[in-house]
Amino acid sequence: MAAAPLALPNNYTYEVAILVGLNAVVCVGLNLLVGYAGQISLGHAGFFGLGAYASAILAARYGWPPALSLPAAVAGVAVLAWLVGRPILRLRGHYLAMATLGLGIIVSQVLATEDRITGGPDGMTVVPIAVFGITLSGERLWYWIVGTLLIATVWLAQNLIDSPRGRALRALHGAEIAAAAAGIDAARHKLGAFVLSAALAALAGALTAHYSGFITPSKASFLHSIELVTMVVFGGMASTFGAVVGAAVLTTLPQLLAGFKDYELVTLGALMMLTMIFMPRGLVPTLEKALDAARRKPR
Amino acid sequence: MSAQLLQSLFSGLTVGAIYALVALGFAIIYNASRIINFAQGEFVMIGGMAAAVFVDAGLPLPLSIVAAVGLGMLVGLLLEKLAVEPARGAPVVTLIIITIGASILLRGLAALVWDKKIRPLPAFSGEAPLMIGGATLLPQTLWVLGTTLAAVAALWWFFNRTLSGKAMLAVSHNRLAAQLVGISVRRVLLVSFGLSAALGALAGALIAPISFTAWDVGVMLGLKGFAAAMLGGIGSGPGAVAGGLALGLIEALGAGYLSSAYKDVFAFVVLLAALVFLPNGLAGHGPAERV
Repeated sequence: MAAAPLALPNNYTYEVAILVGLNAVVCVGLNLLVGYAGQISLGHAGFFGLGAYASAILAARYGWPPALSLPAAVAGVAVLAWLVGRPILRLRGHYLAMATLGLGIIVSQVLATEDRITGGPDGMTVVPIAVFGITLSGERLWYWIVGTLLIATVWLAQNLIDSPRGRALRALHGAEIAAAAAGIDAARHKLGAFVLSAALAALAGALTAHYSGFITPSKASFLHSIELVTMVVFGGMASTFGAVVGAAVLTTLPQLLAGFKDYELVTLGALMMLTMIFMPRGLVPTLEKALDAARRKPR
Repeated sequence: MSAQLLQSLFSGLTVGAIYALVALGFAIIYNASRIINFAQGEFVMIGGMAAAVFVDAGLPLPLSIVAAVGLGMLVGLLLEKLAVEPARGAPVVTLIIITIGASILLRGLAALVWDKKIRPLPAFSGEAPLMIGGATLLPQTLWVLGTTLAAVAALWWFFNRTLSGKAMLAVSHNRLAAQLVGISVRRVLLVSFGLSAALGALAGALIAPISFTAWDVGVMLGLKGFAAAMLGGIGSGPGAVAGGLALGLIEALGAGYLSSAYKDVFAFVVLLAALVFLPNGLAGHGPAERV
């Protein structure tokens, strides 16, 4: 990642790299919930959007400095996720998918409808972040901020996965009843993963808003939730690096396809279907397995 | 009964009947395969759009509708053959992503082939509204309700009185046992996608004269149909119909008495509450989990 700036010729490529990093932070968090704990969420864009709007509104309408509004927004979303997560995470499988989907839709509809506060469907401008009087701007500076954050998130996730809590999460994924019988507090661990992934989504959302200076309700939409889950599944569930790779590929792709606007949906849909049909476990685990098999081949 | 209440009930039942048809599509595919088909809404879009395009091309209306339902069914069969069958045995999330990918692909194709214009479809039998108790009732509403009723009756007959229907029920109860008595599970899967797609396309053609149609109407209709199926308890036929009608009425009453801007939100708020208090839907029962 430190070497990447050498390969990035201009501000536009930096911008794409920053977006990749921010999406990767969301995906690493979401992967803890979907990939490791096995709990599907089709509404994480709601948390992303809430984080972005909460920080933007606190800063723009109430005059909070963004250095304060951003952590406040993340904390607020975490508390909210804890409150709604408690009843919702008792649901399983498709019912959980439906509940999270409903949550996401409620958030995006509220953001689009309360136009006096949020600016409605047209979105609102967001003030830049300033720390000790220095305004954070410029693609290069943001690249390093987001890069550091991503490394910290990956480090956190990797440590968590190898900790007793991480093993508990994986046990839940295997068989919830068996895990509970083995003395694992299923509800508490699921809730923990849910709140952590929601907080990471909110953090990335707020940073995206302050970085780009603009936010619209589409960031909280069902389609964005789907994009996030697709990144996780495309890269490979239960693989932190898979989540990063998934975010990188699926964030860059639309930029590459920007010239063929009419074919963007068709290409994206076909790509999603083909990857999942031929690599149902996702890109990184499939490649790992292929590499492994090649290495083990007797010479 | 006040005219406003009656008006809300009429519009709620109309939309609810459409949701019920979409929800039945979800239930049929779920029963045959345990897959939630997120492309269900696109069948609705195809039904409405194809009918409108065929009418534009000069075909008579009844023929256009039949052709549109046929096209929807064909797309459903292709989806099963080309995308779902090759991925059999994949994890649930993978299958969900495949059907979501299919829905994005179909939406993109519709925008390419039929462009992004909003299209009207003429009402099946005239536009002159009937006046009942001070509320207006469009003739198309009667078409929607009548056709839905007929479709539900036909489905009941199919699942309870024909061998193919009983075979599908058998597969939904116990796949392995059904296979052992000689039922082709693959054929059942194929039929379930064709049937669901045809139901969806029929719903699309029915509602298009009331609410117009466009390349992107499938998203919300699909999600509402999914919500209705969940509200009723996934996999339950009567549950899907009850869930659809309930969702339509909640929306119409909410829009009429509380706030029309939050029409879509009411449905999901009620749904969340229902899920929290009735985790298996109105008609569903809890699954026994094996470890």
